[in-house]
Amino acid sequence: MSEAVQHSRHTEEDAKAMFGFWVYIMTDCILFASLFATYAVLHNNTYGGPGAKDLFSLDFVLVETLLLLTSSFTCGLAVLAARRRDKKRVLAWFAVTFLLGLAFLGMELHEFSDLVSEGHSWQASGFLSAFFTLVGTHGLHISAGLLWMGIMMVQVWRRGLVRFSVKRLMLLGLFWHFLDIVWIFIFTFVYLMGAIAL
Amino acid sequence: MNKNSAVPRIASRHAPAHGTAKSYTVGFGLSIALTLMAYALVDRNVLAGWDLAMAIVGLALVQLVVQLLFFLHLGQESKPRLNLLTLLFALLVLLIVVLGSLWIMSNLNHYKAMTPAETETHIQDEELIYKKQN
Repeated sequence: MSEAVQHSRHTEEDAKAMFGFWVYIMTDCILFASLFATYAVLHNNTYGGPGAKDLFSLDFVLVETLLLLTSSFTCGLAVLAARRRDKKRVLAWFAVTFLLGLAFLGMELHEFSDLVSEGHSWQASGFLSAFFTLVGTHGLHISAGLLWMGIMMVQVWRRGLVRFSVKRLMLLGLFWHFLDIVWIFIFTFVYLMGAIAL
Repeated sequence: MNKNSAVPRIASRHAPAHGTAKSYTVGFGLSIALTLMAYALVDRNVLAGWDLAMAIVGLALVQLVVQLLFFLHLGQESKPRLNLLTLLFALLVLLIVVLGSLWIMSNLNHYKAMTPAETETHIQDEELIYKKQN
């Protein structure tokens, strides 16, 4: 097989992989939709305890949001570098993305442990069960993304930007952008809406 | 092989769409602006009640479109636009799940606006004598 034919076949295979992964992401959207619906139904059921307005700090969550948004941007730059086969930049941008993601996760866990230690755990009310499930599921996705990113960085570091690693980095990019989009809605519906008196 | 030869262009009909550093920067700038705008609206109490809620949900939807275009490059997909089609189908299912749940639950929520103690007596009443409620 000539190199040219092989190249076009590879591009087509990559496109198929990207589409398959996109379909997975769409089903993940449905998962998050059901968790959002659960939260929307239960968010007033505080069982006499404090609600979203009293529990969450908007400034804290704004910083989290900006961290994740910036990580989505640097992840995009990392994928662009991967397409140019620029190994140094790929590793640098993914390292930045990883650290921003880790900072986001750290802040989220800090928020969770603060809530639990003040007696507002997921067992306290329907509202808190729904909150921890929705935000925790997003956090779990972020953890999985960070694990994936760490493994990819080791792979690129040791084996260079071979064809498969570029494809995987593009899929990882899709995943990371998707998580940022889900977070926009968590920020809006859980935190911003929670602060509004309706 | 030269990456800029004609061959990848032939294959590019099926190649995944991708952005440029410029498109990512524009998308990033717009997203930051929209996020800060939503935060400021709530923080400064420019609007109130449902007007404010509608405004921040509107800003979130604008940001969704911005990120779909600038980060996920949905706009430059070649035909057939399978990614867009799958997304629209997912949105349809999503709306049915979310709006359907809210609709059904608001109908079934007998216990709305009751204290925990009232809820308890209410459930006890309901288990002994099943009364139809309006």
